[in-house]
Amino acid sequence: MNAIKLETHSYSLYYGKFRALEDISIEIPEKQVTAIIGPSGCGKSTFLRTFNRMNDLIPGVRTEGQALLDGEDIFSMDVVALRQRVGMVFQKPNPFPKSIYDNVAYGPRVNGIREKNVLDEIVETSLRGAALWNEVKDNLGKSGLALSGGQQQRLCIARALAVKPSVILMDEPAASLDPIATQRIEELIRQLVEHYTIVIVTHNMQQAGRVSDYTAFFFTDESRTGRLVEFNLTRKIFTNPQDKRTEDYITGRFG
Amino acid sequence: MQTKLKVDKAVKAILLVSASFSILIVISIFVFIFRSSLPAFKEFGIQGLLGELTWRPANGMYGILAMVVGSVMVTLMALVLGVPLAIAAAIFLAEIAPRGVQAVVRPAVQLLAGIPSVVYGLFGMVVLVPLVRRIPVTGNSGYGLLSAAIVLAVMILPTITSISEDAIRAVPRSYKEASLALGATHLQTIFQVLLPAAKSGIGAALILGIGRALGETMAMIMVIGNSVILPAPLDNNPLTVFLSQARTLTGNIAVEINYASGLHASALFATGVVLFVLIMLVNVSARAIIHRGNPSAG
Repeated sequence: MNAIKLETHSYSLYYGKFRALEDISIEIPEKQVTAIIGPSGCGKSTFLRTFNRMNDLIPGVRTEGQALLDGEDIFSMDVVALRQRVGMVFQKPNPFPKSIYDNVAYGPRVNGIREKNVLDEIVETSLRGAALWNEVKDNLGKSGLALSGGQQQRLCIARALAVKPSVILMDEPAASLDPIATQRIEELIRQLVEHYTIVIVTHNMQQAGRVSDYTAFFFTDESRTGRLVEFNLTRKIFTNPQDKRTEDYITGRFG
Repeated sequence: MQTKLKVDKAVKAILLVSASFSILIVISIFVFIFRSSLPAFKEFGIQGLLGELTWRPANGMYGILAMVVGSVMVTLMALVLGVPLAIAAAIFLAEIAPRGVQAVVRPAVQLLAGIPSVVYGLFGMVVLVPLVRRIPVTGNSGYGLLSAAIVLAVMILPTITSISEDAIRAVPRSYKEASLALGATHLQTIFQVLLPAAKSGIGAALILGIGRALGETMAMIMVIGNSVILPAPLDNNPLTVFLSQARTLTGNIAVEINYASGLHASALFATGVVLFVLIMLVNVSARAIIHRGNPSAG
């Protein structure tokens, strides 16, 4: 097993009085794809957003326990610095209404990079990294919104890469894409994992099986509090689940 | 079935008539003003009205250029003073203020829109004009462009603030999340993503503000001094131009229409036509600018 990149210990999260996540302890290995699966409303996305503190945006959120990045406490870090290390790709492609170039250069620019040649270089590397360069290299001035859905999502991946993170969080990145665009994103994830730690939330169990090395199964009951049921190598989860609920879920008995 | 169809058609007809009504009114107002101004245009020509500085009805001189300059200057000054404040207030309300503060500030800003303009004029006369008069420059009466622009800036504030706030709030939340997730600070997100994405709405707010400013009459009459002169510096310091008196196009009509007749009245209608055209020009050019700057995001 690789070094531990992200971990939580007895981590719980509350929206006001409501407990959305309870007592989650997990160790996510470096440069592997970890999939988070589970039924709707089990807190998968909320858990994912712990690692770049996007939950800070929601008033009334409170946490207990620890969340660590490279062994450092996420909650005592400077949030801007944290988000430069932990990039995120959202469910719906959300390029800015700016040119392709300006979309990718956005992150470096807000971090103070102004030199044209440095930005040019970052834009090209990032777009190559997201397997989009060849399709857009002659049209970098075109609006990001003019691209197809799949291209927009790869643009958003390039935009995240441009900040040079070591972790990329993906919140159902292919949920709004057609099967061919989805396949390209999945191939891309397998390429990216050589250099990045990837955590992906997905509703699609086949997708989890195809792209991930590790799988975490989250579940909830009438309380609607999300809990981690099982975390293991993906092939073990899919072939030999230890928990009855995991087995029921992946064999499609519910969810 | 038949009756249902008939009711459907009748309702559609009523809606069509209602919608056409406002267009009809605009057209008839324009036709009326234009017709009434024709004698003046025939007598002096566009050059004689728009190209001349001297307005002296008793001597048959009807140049309205000074008023055009007065209206444009006081509007520009009000924009310079009011727009930064209005947009800052919009950003504060949309992005920064906690709910409790919003609940106090927003109604207060909207209340400004409900104050009758004669009350603004009164406030200007009683409070602003004496303050401006303290600026020690010979010939400074307190009445003039500066006092008028300050009053006007406050008057356009609520319009620009409310519409800009709505525009900022209408920016998809996903843009904000994307920006923050890339390590941008809240302020960077506001200035580099939210404001650019809201620019067509903010542009619309500016157009409405300019329209309001150009059309404002009562408050302007009360504080701008109404002398028909081309605004000019009062002494060697060019900045004293802002202390100069002036007259607006709207003020010209309101002050003189009661006793005007014949060519004089027609010249006042011509003033109205110029005002009408000016506001149309602002609208059209502003829309063009907004659309050019915003190819895909509408």
